[in-house]
Amino acid sequence: MTELVDLTIAEARDRLAARELSSRELVAAHIAAVEAVRPLNAFITETPEVALAMADAADARLARGEATAMTGIPVAVKDLFCTRDVPTTAASHILDGFTPRYESTVTANLWADGAVMVGKTNLDEFAMGSSNEHSYYGPVKNPWRAKDSNADLVPGGSSGGSATAVAARAAMGATGTDTGGSIRQPAALTGTVGLKPTYGRCSRWGVVAFASSLDHPGPFARTVRDAAILLGSMAGYDPKDSTSVDRPVPDYEAGLTGDVRGMTIGVPKEYRTDDMPGDIEALWRQGIGWLREAGATIVDISLPHTRYALPAYYIVAPAEASSNLARYDGVRYGLREQAGGDLTDMYEATRAAGFGDEVKRRILIGTYVLSAGYYDAYYLKAQKVRTLIARDFATAFETVDAIVTPTSPNAAFPLGDKLDDPIAMYFNDVFTVPADLAGVPAISLPAGLTGEGLPLGLQVIGRAFDEATVLKVGDAIERAAGFDARPAAWWVA
Amino acid sequence: MSVDTTTVARIARLARIKIDDDKLAPLAGELSNILDWVEQLREVDTDDVPPMTSAVETTLVRRDDTVTDGGKADDVLANAPRAEHGFFAVPKVIE
Repeated sequence: MTELVDLTIAEARDRLAARELSSRELVAAHIAAVEAVRPLNAFITETPEVALAMADAADARLARGEATAMTGIPVAVKDLFCTRDVPTTAASHILDGFTPRYESTVTANLWADGAVMVGKTNLDEFAMGSSNEHSYYGPVKNPWRAKDSNADLVPGGSSGGSATAVAARAAMGATGTDTGGSIRQPAALTGTVGLKPTYGRCSRWGVVAFASSLDHPGPFARTVRDAAILLGSMAGYDPKDSTSVDRPVPDYEAGLTGDVRGMTIGVPKEYRTDDMPGDIEALWRQGIGWLREAGATIVDISLPHTRYALPAYYIVAPAEASSNLARYDGVRYGLREQAGGDLTDMYEATRAAGFGDEVKRRILIGTYVLSAGYYDAYYLKAQKVRTLIARDFATAFETVDAIVTPTSPNAAFPLGDKLDDPIAMYFNDVFTVPADLAGVPAISLPAGLTGEGLPLGLQVIGRAFDEATVLKVGDAIERAAGFDARPAAWWVA
Repeated sequence: MSVDTTTVARIARLARIKIDDDKLAPLAGELSNILDWVEQLREVDTDDVPPMTSAVETTLVRRDDTVTDGGKADDVLANAPRAEHGFFAVPKVIE
C-alpha cells in the first residue's frame, strides 16, 4: 500500500470522495511527517490542533457530499500569508508576536474549499533571498543531498520551507509567493512543481508585501495536475486587492490532456549563456525534444532585453520594498526597541534590531534610488526597461504559444556558498525574474537530475492569463520525463 | 564607488534605520557594488519608451464611496506593543 504521505492531491481526493480514506487519517499522517522533518527547519509554526479540527470539518463535509477537490487535503502555508489567530512572522524578528486578526484571501479560498493547514513554512526574511538562508528562524535544509555527500544544501528561496515541506512529504501542496523567482527557483532546487500565475490572478490581500507590482502568490505541488488543482482553489477576483483581475477561473485540471500537437514552442537564445552547466543545457535540449516528439513545433526566438531584467529588478523591487517596509515602526505591531530617546530614536532602534542584513541592504538601496535627484536615473529608467522586457514577451507570443527554458542556472548549492556575495546570489533568479517583471505566468517542474543526483527544473512561460497552456505544456513534459526520483529520508533518525 | 559613508548615513536616516558608525564603510562598499552593477541599464535606449505602470493592462475598479468595514478598534490595537485608552501609545513627541 502506498504511504498516505506519498499520495498526490488528485489520488487523495479520489480516495476521500470514495470514502476509502478519511481526512483525519490523511492529516494525522502528515502531522507526524511535519514532526519528522524538523531537522530540515521547514516550518516556523506547526499547527497540528488547527489541522485536526479542519480535518474533522472536512470529513463532515465529505459525509454531506459537499466536497471540492481540496476538501480534506493537508497543505502548508508560507509564513508570509496572514492567518487568523496563527502567528505570522515573514521570518523577521520585527514581526515578533504578531498574530493576525484576519485571513489572507488566498488562504481563505483554500479553507473555503475545505483544505487543511498543517503549518506555516520558513522563508527568507520578507521573501528577500534565493537560498532561504536570510531567515531569522535559521536556514532551511534541502531534503536532497548530492551523491555520496553529507553536505547540507540550500532549498532555494525565498519559499524554501514550502518547497521543502512538499518535497519531503510533510504536505501535499503549499502556498508560496514569487517576486523574482521565489516559487520557481526553490521548486527547481527541491524537485517539486512551482507555479507563478499571471499578476492579478491570485489576490495579494493579506500577504505581507515585499514589492507590490511584482508579488505573485502561487502553489507548490509534486505534480502538474496537483498544481492545477491548487491554483483553481487559490485564484479568483478579490475586491480587496485593487490589482486583482476579474476573470473567470477555468478548470485547469480538465485542460491537462497531454496533447500539444499543433502548438508552437519558443526557445529563447538569450537564455543560452556561455557558463551554463552541461547538465542543464542537456536537460533543456531534452525537454525541447520531448515536446517535438509530442507533436509541437519548436522555433528559436529572441527576447533581446533578457540580460537587463536582473538589474532592472534590483532597482524596482528594493524601491517598492523600502516603501512597503516603512510600516514596521514599532508602533502598530511586532517588535519595539526603546532605549530612552524620542520617537525617531524608537523607530531607528526598532528597525535596526528588527531587520536582518539583506533586508536592510535592500531598504537602503530602495531609499537611495527613490531619493531626491535619483528617481529618474534609477526607478524611472528601470520601469522603462521593464516595458521593453514585457514587449519582448508580447512580440514572442505573437508567434509562439509558450516558451521553454531552464528554471535556474544551477542545482542546489551548499549552505553558506553565496552568502558573502549578494550579486552572485541574485544571479540565481536570472531565468525567473523576466516573467515577474512582465507579469506573465510560468511554471517550473522537475525533469531530470544532475550527475550528482540533484534535481533540475524546466520552466514553461505563457501568455498573460493563459495558465491553462502553461500547465498543459508542463504536463506534457512531465509525462515524457517520468521524473520519479525522490530524496532519501536522511533526516529521519 | 557610487556611495560614500556620508551618503549611507543620510539614506539610513531617511529609512529610519540606526547604523553604527563602524558599519557605514562596509555598507558603502556593498551598496556601491550593487549600484555599480545596475548602472548597465544606461546602455539601453529608452528615449521613447513609457515606464511600465502595471504588469497587466487593467483599469482600476471603482466602488461606491460608502463605508463597508469598521468598528474594529480592538482588532486594530490587538498587536500593538503598547496601546492605551483605545490609541497606539508612543514616546512623548512634544515637550
